[in-house]
Amino acid sequence: MNFIEARKLVHEYIRRDEDDNVESILTALDEVDLDVRQGEFVAVLGHNGSGKSTLAKHLNVLLAPSGGTLWVDGKDAEDADNLWEIRQNTGMVFQNPDNQIIASVVEEDVAFGPENIGVPTSEIWKRVERSLKSVGMIQYREHSPNRLSGGQKQRVAIAGVMAMEPKCIVLDEPTAMLDPNGRTEVLDAVEELNRKKGVTVILITHYMEEVVRADRVYVMDNGKVVMQGTPRAVFSQVDTLKSYRLDVPQITLLAHELQKAGLKVPQGILTRQELVEALCQLY
Amino acid sequence: MSIILDKVNYVYSEKTAYEIHALRDINLKIEDGEFIGVIGHTGSGKSTLIQHLNGLIKASSGGIYYNGQDIYDSDYDKKELRGKVGLVFQYPEHQLFETTVFADVCFGPKNRGLSRKESELRAYTALRSVGLPEDYWYRSPFELSGGQKRRAAIAGVLAMDPEVLILDEPTAGLDPKGRDEILDQVAKLHKERHITVILVSHSMEDVAKYVKRLIVMNRGSVLYDGTPKEVFAHYQELEEVGLAAPQVTYLMHELRMRGIPANGTATTLEEAKQSILQAFSS
Repeated sequence: MNFIEARKLVHEYIRRDEDDNVESILTALDEVDLDVRQGEFVAVLGHNGSGKSTLAKHLNVLLAPSGGTLWVDGKDAEDADNLWEIRQNTGMVFQNPDNQIIASVVEEDVAFGPENIGVPTSEIWKRVERSLKSVGMIQYREHSPNRLSGGQKQRVAIAGVMAMEPKCIVLDEPTAMLDPNGRTEVLDAVEELNRKKGVTVILITHYMEEVVRADRVYVMDNGKVVMQGTPRAVFSQVDTLKSYRLDVPQITLLAHELQKAGLKVPQGILTRQELVEALCQLY
Repeated sequence: MSIILDKVNYVYSEKTAYEIHALRDINLKIEDGEFIGVIGHTGSGKSTLIQHLNGLIKASSGGIYYNGQDIYDSDYDKKELRGKVGLVFQYPEHQLFETTVFADVCFGPKNRGLSRKESELRAYTALRSVGLPEDYWYRSPFELSGGQKRRAAIAGVLAMDPEVLILDEPTAGLDPKGRDEILDQVAKLHKERHITVILVSHSMEDVAKYVKRLIVMNRGSVLYDGTPKEVFAHYQELEEVGLAAPQVTYLMHELRMRGIPANGTATTLEEAKQSILQAFSS
């Protein structure tokens, strides 16, 4: 069984007036099928309001489905008895690092999660050290989080999730508020966790460049999954993506434009190196 | 009309253990009608700098002159300055609060003492110029999508009829189409109403595409100040301060190293495309 299996998952936001009559129904997830294998790196793209964050919040049962089925790590998300186990195994990281850091010292912040689930003290310290090392923040363990840069804070937030030793991390636009350096730092840390520790990663993002690192991409539009495949396959369809208010990495777009202008550049170029190689062969 | 910063310094929590020298000897002249980009890593002083321009923060030392008048003069009308220099903060939609979008946009002009009629006229023009469809005007701002909320918030600043519009990362958190739409609207405002625009951004591709002058902040000082082309020619130095050049600039340099005569100063997709096509046709 896959780590995450969603079948025809539906979520409706229902608005009621003062007398509890239904005023309007917004279908944020519309029969979504999602399969994520253990250890996979999956990216989810979609414009604002396409249902990405609603989907993310189902994966650790912050939201319960209105219809369909969802299994996380072999457990039915609708069964209330499984709730805490799923939440411990699926950590979430949100957009704004300042909303996720609570302690006044970095290592205490990272220790909060394991302490809360009753991990013995000596084990907590081991986990704090391991997770801070895994995101490259160990030298800041005794610093105050409010003096860190955005990228550093976000890595502390990820370490806090890692200290719970989840099998999966869901990141909801973790780099939206960061500068280019901060974005790279966070993505490198995430990729390392995925490749070296085998943590399943689900990355929601608006930056097309970040998606290139993923194994597979899901594209959402109006609550539905409209495209899925490898980054190369998805980014080969420049015009379809644009119709969903999305984009492709600048390099992919340039390759696409050159192709339209008559150069025989292959489809689905993702990186600078690939384009340089392709052009050198043609020259 | 211009804004002049003369040796501006700013120190946070001066004379305490937490003292941070956020701005160091900033000298800048911003002419009327310019379209300026400001880039710099987190903590480089960008936000501190722009908050000086409408007097939200008072410099620890140095002077700021708006249209030749010293804004730190005791009889200078700071309120008026804040109307003329409109500042759109990061995530401005967090500041929406009224019951309808239209009422929210009216709030600024009303608060400045304009009549109801005049305020509504301002709100009308402002909402028009950010391209928010009329269907949304009388809805609660909280029902709008991220991009629409952002536009409503920008309209709230435009309703003050500013001469200078400062936007602090106006596209953070928006989808690619939403990013393009907001920036295209800002460029249009700049062109049609000749508003001076100062755009703080983390996207090198965006500033390369839109601005005519680019200021690079590093550790509280101005590192570079020139056209995007001039600035991005220093792409190696930019990397050392946590920034980068647009992807296509790197591509062009790599092509040149491999013997393809591409134009190393290209900073936008269009320039790169033309230059590569030219190299291949000759």
